[in-house]
Amino acid sequence: MEKRFLTIGRILLPLLVVAGLSGCSNVEPWVKPYERDRLADPIMALDGDPVSSSYLLHVYESREGARGGEGAAGGGCGCN
Amino acid sequence: MTMRRIILLALLMSCLGKAYAGVLPDDRSDMLYHRYEGGGVLIDGPSVLVRKQIGKSTSFVGNYYVDHVSSASIDVVTTASPYKEERTQWSLGMDYLRGNTTMSVGYTNSDESDYEANTYNFSVSQDMFGALTTLTLSYALGDDVVGKSDDPTFERDLDKQAYGVGLTQIITKNLIATLNFTTMTDEGYLNNPYRSVRYFDSGSALGYSYEAELYPNTRTSNAVGLRARYFLPYRAAIEGEYRFFTDTWDIDSHTVSLTYVHPWRDFTFTGKVRYHDQTGAHFYSDLFPRAEATNFRGRDKELSELTSTTVTLKASYEFLNDADGWGFIKRGSVTAAADFLMVDYDEFSDLRAGAPIGEEPLYELDANVYQVFISFWY
Repeated sequence: MEKRFLTIGRILLPLLVVAGLSGCSNVEPWVKPYERDRLADPIMALDGDPVSSSYLLHVYESREGARGGEGAAGGGCGCN
Repeated sequence: MTMRRIILLALLMSCLGKAYAGVLPDDRSDMLYHRYEGGGVLIDGPSVLVRKQIGKSTSFVGNYYVDHVSSASIDVVTTASPYKEERTQWSLGMDYLRGNTTMSVGYTNSDESDYEANTYNFSVSQDMFGALTTLTLSYALGDDVVGKSDDPTFERDLDKQAYGVGLTQIITKNLIATLNFTTMTDEGYLNNPYRSVRYFDSGSALGYSYEAELYPNTRTSNAVGLRARYFLPYRAAIEGEYRFFTDTWDIDSHTVSLTYVHPWRDFTFTGKVRYHDQTGAHFYSDLFPRAEATNFRGRDKELSELTSTTVTLKASYEFLNDADGWGFIKRGSVTAAADFLMVDYDEFSDLRAGAPIGEEPLYELDANVYQVFISFWY
């Protein structure tokens, strides 16, 4: 069964490469650069204040049992 | 097969990025004062960040951060003595842009009297489809040493690794979204060397006694987060975020938040509500039936089943913009933010009241987090 999958993979992989390459040449951005003025507004920044957001991330990681999925916090503990 | 996958990825990445160049982060400096107060703990200090582009393709960033800690938290009051501590952290990083690929490396050192952490990180970002899509792959390696203030011979290692994949997507002229997946593995000494668990002890006047915590030596976690920000018709923004987290300690959590950003003249006002709900670790117990009752045991309230709610209010004033810049400084702003954090622990008793065993009220934490910072762009 595993051998069969490998064979199929060997056939499909080059096809995927070709399909991927040919697909790329036709990709046109559906939001043009000149249509991105609203997205470029500072109020749309996903991380407008990095020094503040990394601090708050550290506060949450110290007070809760979860981590990750949103960025990286500094090292150390400071959690008692 | 592995080599073919690498070639495939390389071909696709080189192809997808044609004709559109990426951009480096803005040159900026931030000077921040932070203050956390709540639950008998006061932590404050500065954080300074400087980012500067050198040449056309390289940007350097440095950050210096200090925590002055003064703690008489519930853990400290019930099982130890209040203490003062200082943690200093500095980091250096570099981003290198080539075409629409950004490669980033960084190093962070965090130092306190009983804990030292060194973290090395590396990431690659690729803009694709005319910069509509950005794919980021990241890796971080942490090399920590855990000490104990009353025992200079105590030294334990903790190794951490984090793997991340992120996808940021422009969806429409008004909507941008980002999806992030992180896998983290920890191996080594994961205990807090000062913290204790309590267990029934009929020979004690209180009805219980304490013994040292004992955690597993490994922890692996997965988190996936989705965030979307939308530009409203009247120049304001709204953002929604959701994160799911799960780990090998049986902690599962859901975190949601909603943010509203409203500019008015030279001000920008932000309001945010965040809610977090988690289950407890499998080895956590508020009160164990006897000493050494289980292979692993912990009573760290952050590993308890809990819910936390945060309300954020933030105001920013832009006192300098491109039209009236000071020499090489183009923009400047000052920001004040307050976060009100409320945590309800579903399985962590407040022992300070001295209530009879089994009748202690559950602990609740209210903390206020303040930030004031000034930012310059140049």
